[in-house]
Amino acid sequence: MAKAILGDSEKWFIVHGVQDDFRTDGRSCESYRHIELETGILSNTHGSARIRLGSSELLVGVKVELGTPKPQRINEGWLEFHVDCSPNAHPVFQGRGGKELSDNICSMLTRVYRNNTVMDLEALGVIPQKHCWVVHVDVLILECGGNLIDAASIAVKASLYNTGIPNISLTDGDEGEVEINLPDDPEDVKHLKTINCPVLVTLSKIGNRHIVDATDEEECCCSASLVMGVTRRGHTVGVRKMGGGSLDPESLTEMIDSGKKIGRQLHISLDKLLKIEAGMSEDIKQTGYL
Amino acid sequence: MAGLELLSDQGYRIDGRKPDELRRIRCKLGVFTQADGSAYIEQGNTKVLAAIYGPREADQNMRNQICHDKCFLNCEYTQATFSTAERKHRSRGDRKGQDMSTHIKQTFEATIQTSLYPRSQIDIYLQVLQADGSNYCACINAASLALIDAGIAMKDYVCACSASLTKGKPVIDINHVEESSDCAELSVAILPKLDQIVYSELNGRLHANELPDVIDAVVRGCKDLFVVMDRTVREHLEETATTFTHS
Repeated sequence: MAKAILGDSEKWFIVHGVQDDFRTDGRSCESYRHIELETGILSNTHGSARIRLGSSELLVGVKVELGTPKPQRINEGWLEFHVDCSPNAHPVFQGRGGKELSDNICSMLTRVYRNNTVMDLEALGVIPQKHCWVVHVDVLILECGGNLIDAASIAVKASLYNTGIPNISLTDGDEGEVEINLPDDPEDVKHLKTINCPVLVTLSKIGNRHIVDATDEEECCCSASLVMGVTRRGHTVGVRKMGGGSLDPESLTEMIDSGKKIGRQLHISLDKLLKIEAGMSEDIKQTGYL
Repeated sequence: MAGLELLSDQGYRIDGRKPDELRRIRCKLGVFTQADGSAYIEQGNTKVLAAIYGPREADQNMRNQICHDKCFLNCEYTQATFSTAERKHRSRGDRKGQDMSTHIKQTFEATIQTSLYPRSQIDIYLQVLQADGSNYCACINAASLALIDAGIAMKDYVCACSASLTKGKPVIDINHVEESSDCAELSVAILPKLDQIVYSELNGRLHANELPDVIDAVVRGCKDLFVVMDRTVREHLEETATTFTHS
């Protein structure tokens, strides 16, 4: 991870601030920074989203293609995640520098989405044992400002909400083979049900308290952090402890409870925003990076 | 593709442009906060983000490239997996990416006044978000704007444009469909005010008699592009100046 360089007094300043529930930018321990989200900005993908969380910037593109179902699950399609750290974010990501960070985020996303209740994978099946939809989700990190995991999960949910899978029709071809016909109209799509998609909430332990949405500097001061996947109903779909420090069991349960509450709130705001954006008319211009 | 004419009888291209027309160009400076300079450019459907880090002290692993009398450039070109119509995972350090990075580095070595920054390093990073032809040109234009945003001394703007020849007429600013056809493709980067060519690359076959026409067309395209870029930079400067005077 691209780490900020802090002196000892700066670290103490941050730790003391957190203990008083007043962080360096004036936030409380459980509030997120300003989030900007925009979907459908890449025209050659089936779904896309761009998120700006404080000073972290990510772009997610979703492309679907037909593939063969896995042998244990012949009726279902699957999701595949891929994370890429652009050198635009930090010079250390040049060449293979960003591999560790991207593998980390990728494994977290794959783990929480592997759950059966999260996504209706049977809706992605086309012909059992022969064809199914494979949803490739590509996350591109453009700027690192701390808390990339949360930002990635929010953008992934938004882009899956925005994804349209072509409505294919099956006809009987010759020799008993079923033919798959793609629609002519690019707007003839069906959307994925993302109601149960989780968001990842990272809780970082600083001193005796835990904070949500740590900035780069706060991440340097935290000893251990907990990443949990939370669904809309407040159910936990995955938990992972990261970092070199240790957590005692009491603070662990406290953090999980806190995470569930925050996750639920995040889902409510996100769903509301996505509904509003979907309902906006086509003459609202997509701005993207302009 | 059978029956797909790059230039119709009425003189229109596939996307409805005339042969000497550029695509819609929209650009913005200062897109990122952490990079020293950044820019975003959209040439039709080709979208590129450029970020500049520097001039700064040379990295540990690049110590052997330090020059005592000038700075050295480090360039990396990356294409997102979703940038092309078919999803393609490109590993870092693949041949095409390296090739592009070297060409872009060469172009800017001829433009940046490297003697003003001895013993330092300037990083140029380009990220292609959507590729629809003329990738190299869009990258050069984006990097040029980003260098201006970073305040790095250059001899002039660098404007790049591509051209091809169909049915005896030169067509400029080619898109992906025109690139994938059998025609020759010429990419040129110029310093518009000094009227100098800093980079030129020709792929495919072109008759020597036809070359001057194509070069003329592409240089005119570059100069048109310069007008757009210059206007963007001046507008950005006005905006920044007003924030200073009003605060």
